[in-house]
Amino acid sequence: MKEAIIKVFKKIGLGFMEPLIRLLTNEEPKKNFKEVLKRIVAPIASIFIFIGLWQMGSNSLYEKEAAYKIETTKINQGEEAAQKLKVCMESGEPKCQPNTLPSPSQVFGAYKKLLADHKRIAADKKAFKEKTATLNESREAQGLKPIVYTGRPSFVDQILTSLKTVFAGFLLAMFIAVPIGIILGLNPTLRSSINWIIQIFKPVSPVVWLLLVFMIVKTMNKNSDSDSSFLISFISVGLCAMWATLVNTIMGVSTVDKDYINVAKVLKLGPVQKIFKVILPASLPLIFTGLRITLSVAWMVLIAIELLAQSPGLGSFVWEEFQNGAMDSNSKILVAMFVIGLIGFALDRIMLFIQKMISFDKGAM
Amino acid sequence: MAILELKNICKSYNPAKEYEGQVLDNINLNIEEGEFVAIVGFSGSGKTTLVNLINGLHEPTSGTILFKNKPIEGTSHERGVIFQNYSLLPWLTVYQNVAMAVREAFPKMTKKEQDERIKKYVEMVGLSHAIHKYPKELSGGMRQRVSVARALVMDPEMIIMDEPLGALDALTRGNLQDEILKIWELNKRTALLITNDVDEALYMADRIIPLKPGPRATLGPEFKVNIARPRDKTALNDDDEFKHTRNAIIEYLMDLGNEVASQSEAIYELPDLEPKDLRWEF
Repeated sequence: MKEAIIKVFKKIGLGFMEPLIRLLTNEEPKKNFKEVLKRIVAPIASIFIFIGLWQMGSNSLYEKEAAYKIETTKINQGEEAAQKLKVCMESGEPKCQPNTLPSPSQVFGAYKKLLADHKRIAADKKAFKEKTATLNESREAQGLKPIVYTGRPSFVDQILTSLKTVFAGFLLAMFIAVPIGIILGLNPTLRSSINWIIQIFKPVSPVVWLLLVFMIVKTMNKNSDSDSSFLISFISVGLCAMWATLVNTIMGVSTVDKDYINVAKVLKLGPVQKIFKVILPASLPLIFTGLRITLSVAWMVLIAIELLAQSPGLGSFVWEEFQNGAMDSNSKILVAMFVIGLIGFALDRIMLFIQKMISFDKGAM
Repeated sequence: MAILELKNICKSYNPAKEYEGQVLDNINLNIEEGEFVAIVGFSGSGKTTLVNLINGLHEPTSGTILFKNKPIEGTSHERGVIFQNYSLLPWLTVYQNVAMAVREAFPKMTKKEQDERIKKYVEMVGLSHAIHKYPKELSGGMRQRVSVARALVMDPEMIIMDEPLGALDALTRGNLQDEILKIWELNKRTALLITNDVDEALYMADRIIPLKPGPRATLGPEFKVNIARPRDKTALNDDDEFKHTRNAIIEYLMDLGNEVASQSEAIYELPDLEPKDLRWEF
């Protein structure tokens, strides 16, 4: 029972919980207590140290910014206005807070605010849907388009849009890079003749990919009235991110252990059998490493691409917050930063989990 | 009638230059049907190269290899190979590893017949209890048994074994020798064993041929092993014929070794090779 629980925890990437479970069931208390200290307590302590340093940093920045603000007010508007500003600042009034790195508590406040905002919008949406349900039915009967909610998307909606885009981009990258990688890996002539394309396009910045995709999609999509921003952003994400998978697949396929190839020869496997039964499984660990890099690159460039392509998502959320310069904008940007980081981490873990499930090379990390 | 004939086989990895990189030189070998032949030699003498020529993975630089009077073209299901390092596919279970060979060798069999055949051969090598295990869950000896099953399941007319027991401990080795012999005696296939262990060769083979060390390795004079089968390992040590043949072979090999050692003062020109640099390729 206990071993089964530990196994499940390890599978989902929570292996560090193992000593705690063993300690709770009184197994080798001394050794496991040490392990708990090492693997659970120490990381948690480091989180607190991080937050403490952040608090200190933001305090000193706040002070500097506030002193500067008061000083300039004094020069521009006189002593009285400066005094007034100082009182206003100390009272905690949001509108006269200096604009600088927010403190952890401010960021947490912004997070709660965003969540509340999401709840409100979700309720709004639901109410809207109920209200228009009968109307939409009759419109549908008449062959008209249904009325949809066009209000502002909430933070959670933005996250979901971003995830959708990154997932579409990732699938595109996978379906392009893996088959091409296999073909190039198997054929040295083709590989050396196409290598220059890979070498030249691999380091191209996401911004340039976006512009290139924009040029093409804009023209191709002339006659359709659909929104092309999603199309543009996911294709750019896919094109930016596919190189890691392509290079890793080529590498994996072209360096399959010679013993396995000899087995395939001795058993006289046909080309299809050889690829699917021998070469692909043998290069799966490397292909998966490539896919993991691709997914993390996709998530990373997504933010920049959304920011530029004006397509909805976390990137445009960050950009809008930066542009509108409201009191809590900075805090919201930091919330977005942590959310981006955590989702990126989660995506990587999911890929690792899938890799462990289907790859023979169980030791891969 | 000889089932396998090697005529004046030379193998060079650098045929442009006449003597450099020449591994095998002027190899002549006849193996009769049903015979168990062992080739013994020092490590690095070109044994694996010879095996790869016979099983069809490589082509000789000059000379012909006839199998059943026909020159060989590539690999064939008629020649089963047992590799030195097992070469099982780690992502397949024992059953699947053997199944892959069956499906290739007998594509016309029904699924049920194939399944029965796989199970029969896995049972023959005594691994029925581990049939759904992966190679990494098996010991070295068990892995080599799977490899044996995979080679035999194709019903080859000749089994080629390239130091099959080289990586095993002495006890497992002895057991597997017995098992391979037992299987061989069941239907008297032709067998070629490559080994560096003279005792193993004496215990298993009808005829032993030493391979002179490379470069330019060639076969030495053959030694017949006139010991009745089934052979008993413990009694063998007191057998005069065994002792006599063993001493003769070891003496011959020692002389060869000394000869090579005394020759080694000669200056060899190293081949002009450079390792391929993969770092900049991607």
